[in-house]
Amino acid sequence: MKTKSAARNIFYGGSLFFLVIFVALTVDSHLYALNVSTDQAGLTEAVVRGKRVWEKNACIDCHTILGEGAYYAPELGNVWIRRGDPDDPEVAREFIRDWMKSQPSGVEGRRQMPQFNLTDQEINDLTEFLRWVSTIKTQNWPPNDAG
Amino acid sequence: MKYPTQKIALAYFAVAMALFAIQVLGGLLAGYVYVAPNFLSDILPFNIIRMLHTNSLIVWLLLGFFGATYYLIPEEAERDIESPMLAYLQLIILVIGTLGVVVTYVFDLFPGNWLLGKEGREFLEQPLWVKLGIVVAALIFLYNVTMTVLKGRKTAITNILLIGLWGIAIFFLFSLYNPGNLVLDKMYWWYVVHLWVEAVWELVLASILAFLMLKLTGVDREVIEKWVYSIVALALFTGLLGTGHHYYWIGTPGYWQWIGSVFSALEVAPFFAMVVFAFMMVWKGHRDHPNKAALLWSLGCAVLAFFGAGVWGFLHTLAPVNYYTHGTQITAAHGHLAFFGAYVSINLAIITYAMPHLLGREPYNQVLNMASFWVMSAGMAFMTFTLTFAGTIQTHLQRVLGEGYMDVQDQLPVFYWMRFGSGAVVVIGVLMFLYATFVPASAKTPQRASAAPAE
Repeated sequence: MKTKSAARNIFYGGSLFFLVIFVALTVDSHLYALNVSTDQAGLTEAVVRGKRVWEKNACIDCHTILGEGAYYAPELGNVWIRRGDPDDPEVAREFIRDWMKSQPSGVEGRRQMPQFNLTDQEINDLTEFLRWVSTIKTQNWPPNDAG
Repeated sequence: MKYPTQKIALAYFAVAMALFAIQVLGGLLAGYVYVAPNFLSDILPFNIIRMLHTNSLIVWLLLGFFGATYYLIPEEAERDIESPMLAYLQLIILVIGTLGVVVTYVFDLFPGNWLLGKEGREFLEQPLWVKLGIVVAALIFLYNVTMTVLKGRKTAITNILLIGLWGIAIFFLFSLYNPGNLVLDKMYWWYVVHLWVEAVWELVLASILAFLMLKLTGVDREVIEKWVYSIVALALFTGLLGTGHHYYWIGTPGYWQWIGSVFSALEVAPFFAMVVFAFMMVWKGHRDHPNKAALLWSLGCAVLAFFGAGVWGFLHTLAPVNYYTHGTQITAAHGHLAFFGAYVSINLAIITYAMPHLLGREPYNQVLNMASFWVMSAGMAFMTFTLTFAGTIQTHLQRVLGEGYMDVQDQLPVFYWMRFGSGAVVVIGVLMFLYATFVPASAKTPQRASAAPAE
């Protein structure tokens, strides 16, 4: 590289080139998310409301979901599978409801989850959200049910 | 200080450093909750502590960038800041927003409110009114600094700095988009998070580092600017498609495993180039600048960013590795050293350099400042090692053997105790730095000790 202006032009041209590729791949991935990896038909209002419950209580600042979040509490992207029964959706549903109602455990030396005082509607919505998330096609991540 | 309006930086640095103190104390508290999980669990749960820890970090780093910009642009553009009034207005908006965020997180007065309630996506938990305030503050800032540069001398340093700052503002707009589909949410969430810290923030970092090298080493501007264009070219060529390493397992196409692996492996390159750049300039430089502490922080920044962002990033970035390590303590280890090495250090470097000028004095408290570098860096390095070991064990037990999350965590307290200890060392280092920076020795030394031997 001989001069400053050559370096500058490579910076501008190259960055623009890679930005265009990145945006094009984003469009492709956006369509893939809509058409392939997520259950668009199952994305009901309850699921969206459940996502708001998830956000309103900052769940992600202890848990992870699809591996992203804090690392203080278990992965929840597959909690529906880990705590459920493929033949009986009531098992996971009941587990989540009981779990939310029984926190905090108060056990000494054990990480504590707060009591969020969710309404029955909110618990149902949150459960729907977690069920929907478990159906996302994630290239087979996590490696096992432990999440 | 050649231009009176550079003084604006002082207010920004002061607020940034106050938040820095809050950030590390929050971190220490979170580290303590890891080993004593019942502590404060009723009144200040872990998620709230973590929001305060991460958000105060982000805000103070940005305030540091803004302060650095107000400090260096007048010298580069050779004219005063367009409007000091707007600069202070911007700071007031940001301080009000910050206070609003703290109150919202701690007291949760308007849960679920669309405007006043916290939004609860990681790092973007700020309520909507604060996000909009940030946008307004950003517009004021960009107007102010862009006008200053356009009417003044244009240099590569200001050019790259402005591109970085405009990029920060533009990508922040994606924080306002929160679709109901979690996959789309995550995709565009990374437009803020990754394209900030692994793309446009690197432009700001490189630009400040170049400014410091210019001042501290006295190497020819032409040489420095050629270097810095090459560094930021490498940063964006690798960093943009490097976003792919976040698109492996979140419901995005499989081709990202190839793109993400290749390009994010190359993300080491700009950080390596920064190390070579910084040491070459010091080696070539003929200036014996009195501010040794600023030079130490500058070189330390390049080295620690290379290890934290570069090496520790590469450690878990290849898709077949990341399949097992994704979302474990390995990520936490990388996050800590990367942020400290790259963005904390560059801020402390420019603050260390600028403060004596802002106060109109010779460099002061140099030994204490340099000691704080070693204490902070040692603490942070040790924390990174302990979390890396914890993450390695976690990866094996949980991801390979399939043991339950909490069963695995119960086997890791020894590492979390060591992390807490290293966190305490970091806090001591921060307090030393704050003292060295803001409590200058009362008597003004008329001149530097003339007996200092040449090295």
